[in-house]
Amino acid sequence: MGTDDVATAEDEGGLVFHPMDQFIVKPLFGGDTVNWYTPTNVTLWMFFTVVAITLLLVAGTRGRAIVPSRVQSVAELAYGFVYKMVEDVSGKDGVKYFPYIMTLFMFIVFANMLGLIPMSFTTTSHIAVTAVMAMAVFLTVTILGFVLHGVGFLKLFWISSAPLPLRPILAVIEVISYFVRPVSHSIRLAGNMMAGHAVIKVFAAFAAVALISPLSILAITAIYALETLVSFIQAYVFAILTCVYLKDALHPHH
Amino acid sequence: MATETESHGDEAAHGGADAAHGGAEAVGMPQLDFATFPNQIFWLVVTLVVIYLILSRVALPRIAAVLAERQGAITNDIAAAEDLKLKAEEAEAAYNQALADARAEAQKIIAEAKAEMQAELDAATAKADAEIAAKAAESEKAIAEIRAGAMQSVEEVAKATAAEIVAAMGGKSDAKAIDAAIAAQLKG
Amino acid sequence: MEGDVVQMGAYIGAGLACTGMGGAAVGVGHVVGNFLSGALRNPSAAGGQTATMFIGIAFSEALGIFSFLVALLLMFAV
Repeated sequence: MGTDDVATAEDEGGLVFHPMDQFIVKPLFGGDTVNWYTPTNVTLWMFFTVVAITLLLVAGTRGRAIVPSRVQSVAELAYGFVYKMVEDVSGKDGVKYFPYIMTLFMFIVFANMLGLIPMSFTTTSHIAVTAVMAMAVFLTVTILGFVLHGVGFLKLFWISSAPLPLRPILAVIEVISYFVRPVSHSIRLAGNMMAGHAVIKVFAAFAAVALISPLSILAITAIYALETLVSFIQAYVFAILTCVYLKDALHPHH
Repeated sequence: MATETESHGDEAAHGGADAAHGGAEAVGMPQLDFATFPNQIFWLVVTLVVIYLILSRVALPRIAAVLAERQGAITNDIAAAEDLKLKAEEAEAAYNQALADARAEAQKIIAEAKAEMQAELDAATAKADAEIAAKAAESEKAIAEIRAGAMQSVEEVAKATAAEIVAAMGGKSDAKAIDAAIAAQLKG
Repeated sequence: MEGDVVQMGAYIGAGLACTGMGGAAVGVGHVVGNFLSGALRNPSAAGGQTATMFIGIAFSEALGIFSFLVALLLMFAV
């Protein structure tokens, strides 16, 4: 079943909505094919993300003021927030991975927020993007665990506090849940972003009907506010889960 | 019916155009269009590396330095405040000491003044006593003189009276006998 | 005709899949409600557990997102 059928069916209903059209990857400078190097809207919005992060964290802290300006205090707040999270969740020895987690957090939070700008493209709504990040976290954590603890890392799945007969069963469950981690890690973020934007788009389509347009505009406003919250919370959750996985790699003993 | 066919035709043309445009509409969900995956992954990796470099080379050390500097400044300020507080306490102690000293001094001065006054008073009292005693002695002497004078007058009057009486009686007044008799009477 | 039946099944399935999101809503509400009732009993310990609460929310919410994803797949990708 393709878009054509869906669009046809919806057109017959009198409403035109293409909630998924906003996620289409398009080449920036025309052309038909999307090669791996083609500059697309993904490139554009990722570039904006980099620019926004640079503006906040580099240009904002240019003054190096003891008494910070507004932008600088936001940058320091972000730094302190992520730093404390890494320290609290992963422990003191997790602090040296702080730049990686800060990179992920800043990228996700800015990509999410920029995606809320009307007509923009949300890079984090794509499973390809989030899956790469989640797989990167998963592989890093797994390799780190084996490098630091060798075979002892497998104790993560052998819960010594459980009664002995239960341990093999728990080990199977633990292994499954370990390998499901990158899936849920990536789909959570992409799904949240996709869902929110698609819902906004659906309500936007309802706004074309004069009778219910005030209601739908109200709904768009409410969903937009919720999405702003979700954008931040999902970045937070992604970062904190990364910290939790990192803690498992650093201290596999329960 | 005709319109419906037309709309179908339009859609078909539209879909065809879209397919020709991006090739992305082959799947309903753009997220599952695997043709765009290499592109996204490539740009994502580029972006993440750039962000990582910016953060780890420039932003994070700078913010960490600023925070450390601020922490240092705050610590220094707290230490300075502690210092000043100590100084203030010292000053207060000194003030209290001075106050106590002044009080003691005042007490001493008061005591001295009191003693001096007492001494003066004693001296004045003694002097007055002596004067009074001297005056009393003088008066007593005067009284004694007066008394002696009176006794003498009494003697003379007695002698004269006795001589008169003797003369009146026709006798011859013997001065010596009269004197002896009066002296004997007065001795009584 | 056969395609129509498939399409109908897909749409019905998508609708059914969306009921899963209600379960996620219940789960998230449960997590936050219990956190709140615990936090009001012992407010001093609440601050340190906010992160745990968010992790719990994330896990239960992920399942709702999965059902949403299934619905989307049925609507657009089957």
